[in-house]
Amino acid sequence: MQRSSPLLVITAIAVFIFLLGPLVIVAAASISNTEFLAFPPQGFSLRWFVNVFEVSAFRDTFLISLQIALLGTFLSLLIGIPAAYALSRFGFALPKALSNFFVLPILVPQIVFGFSLLSAISVDFDLPVFPTLLIGHTIIVLPYSIRVVGASLATFDFSAEEAAISLGCPPMKTFYTIVLPNIRGGILAAFILAFITSLNNVPVSLFLTGPGISTLPIQMLTYVENFFDPTVAALSVLLMALTVLVMAVVEKTLGLGYFVR
Amino acid sequence: MTKSLNLTGISAHYGRTQVLKDLDLDVKAGELVSLLGASGCGKTTTLRLIAGFLHATAGRVALDGRDISAVAAHRRDIGLVFQNYALFPHMSVADNVGFGLKQRGVAPQERRARVGEMLDKVGLAAFADRLPAALSGGQKQRVALARALVIKPSLLLFDEPLSNLDAKLRVDMRVEIRELQRAHNITAIYVTHDQEEAFSISDRVAIMDAGQISQYDTPEILYRKPANAFVANFVGFETMMGLRVTGRSGGVTTAEGQGARFALDEATWGPLPDAFTLGARADGLRVMAASEDDGLPAKLSVRTYLGRSYHYRAETPVGSVVANGSIDRPFNEGDRAKLVLVPEQCCILPATP
Repeated sequence: MQRSSPLLVITAIAVFIFLLGPLVIVAAASISNTEFLAFPPQGFSLRWFVNVFEVSAFRDTFLISLQIALLGTFLSLLIGIPAAYALSRFGFALPKALSNFFVLPILVPQIVFGFSLLSAISVDFDLPVFPTLLIGHTIIVLPYSIRVVGASLATFDFSAEEAAISLGCPPMKTFYTIVLPNIRGGILAAFILAFITSLNNVPVSLFLTGPGISTLPIQMLTYVENFFDPTVAALSVLLMALTVLVMAVVEKTLGLGYFVR
Repeated sequence: MTKSLNLTGISAHYGRTQVLKDLDLDVKAGELVSLLGASGCGKTTTLRLIAGFLHATAGRVALDGRDISAVAAHRRDIGLVFQNYALFPHMSVADNVGFGLKQRGVAPQERRARVGEMLDKVGLAAFADRLPAALSGGQKQRVALARALVIKPSLLLFDEPLSNLDAKLRVDMRVEIRELQRAHNITAIYVTHDQEEAFSISDRVAIMDAGQISQYDTPEILYRKPANAFVANFVGFETMMGLRVTGRSGGVTTAEGQGARFALDEATWGPLPDAFTLGARADGLRVMAASEDDGLPAKLSVRTYLGRSYHYRAETPVGSVVANGSIDRPFNEGDRAKLVLVPEQCCILPATP
């Protein structure tokens, strides 16, 4: 048995505290029987969880968030899978800047990006709120789609594709029957990552939400500005539970190994 | 149907670099021809061009006289076997082998029968339901071979198929490849950088250098009568001497050059031009006493014992060479000697200017 250095142990513990600490605090605060966010919690009550479902704005914005996240992720994959394929298959022939270009949405401060989208799409084209939001989120999650699918394609041996073509399979059909099934895991991982990123996004949504249409995180911000009760904490716990559930389903069906690979 | 293959005047470029230069290659129906050369010589490019994954900038590719240059890769009816097997990881062995038949619309029942028969032939019937990941390298390559053969292609292409296997398996597999190719009577092109592999299984070998074919002939002729210095060097004639004829009398030609002098019997060596290059393998140079009239003067250095003979490293006017010496009469390090020729292990090449 190898002995770990005390420094390593301390660092590891610190990392866990910083990662899990906030979650524990939020979870604890959500069951507090007080009218304000309190930690450590005082008393025990589940009424704030009930309250989450009673505030209609949360329900509405959750549905909108869900639609935006689903559609945005879907669109980003629609663009991202072919892009990732082209980058890994013909990358040597493409300008190097191209693969960096697709990461730009991560590098540009999202506040700036949200503002530019507002002035470029919302104002200039006078597009309704929902499509504007959808475009914004699609762009924001596109890097995740391309990167994660790209990582999956990096382990794919393209000579299998050529083998299929030589056996009489047309190129497009080869992509569906040979390439796609082998990057399924990567696509699913990209989907989940992009979905969660979209669901959590604040800076871009902040600029693009408009009258009557908002996303859940923005609604939560608005709520906290007006009320300081533990409802938001309860909602956060529910969102965490949802994420854990999704992860658990993925783990059961595919194994989380797909994410690490 | 066994078909012949003709490449005529093929040129190919990657961007601005020309990788094939006006290349011609004729392969008779049923022949197994190897493209042999170092990496970057254009052999794989030639193969990909025949398969339809690359397009020539000039020239034509013809199967049985019919130009297929414009035919898409998936319509060429060519079987391919890759170095890294290129099996479909998500399909069972049987599905891998049956893939080509499925594309051709062969009914499931017949498909199963033909796949089963093919798997039997390559000795993998018991593995039909396995995924490729559960197979060894040799088994994977057998599956790849079965997959390419089962569609009865007009042409079978091999791209360094044995490079990822260990030495013993390579020897077994190449015999197996040759047997299957013969049994199915399929025209085949085999790309490799391994001379022994190419020579052992091919009807003819094209030795390639810098996008051109240096020499195209049977292994026997390539091995004994290389046409130029490149091929000579490739097949093991390591020592080259530039010689000039100084006298011809009584069927014996005397040639001199680079400090060496040889009396060459015309009955053995054939008619010789006035100037030529003589190539010799290590076994083609024999160490004799310095008192010999003819030979290449040498100063011996390291001696190694090989059971049947000694090998010497020798410093000569043409550089440091390896020569063979009799077991009966060992020389010592530092001895002066003459190296004489063993005709069967030498070759005559055109003079290099």
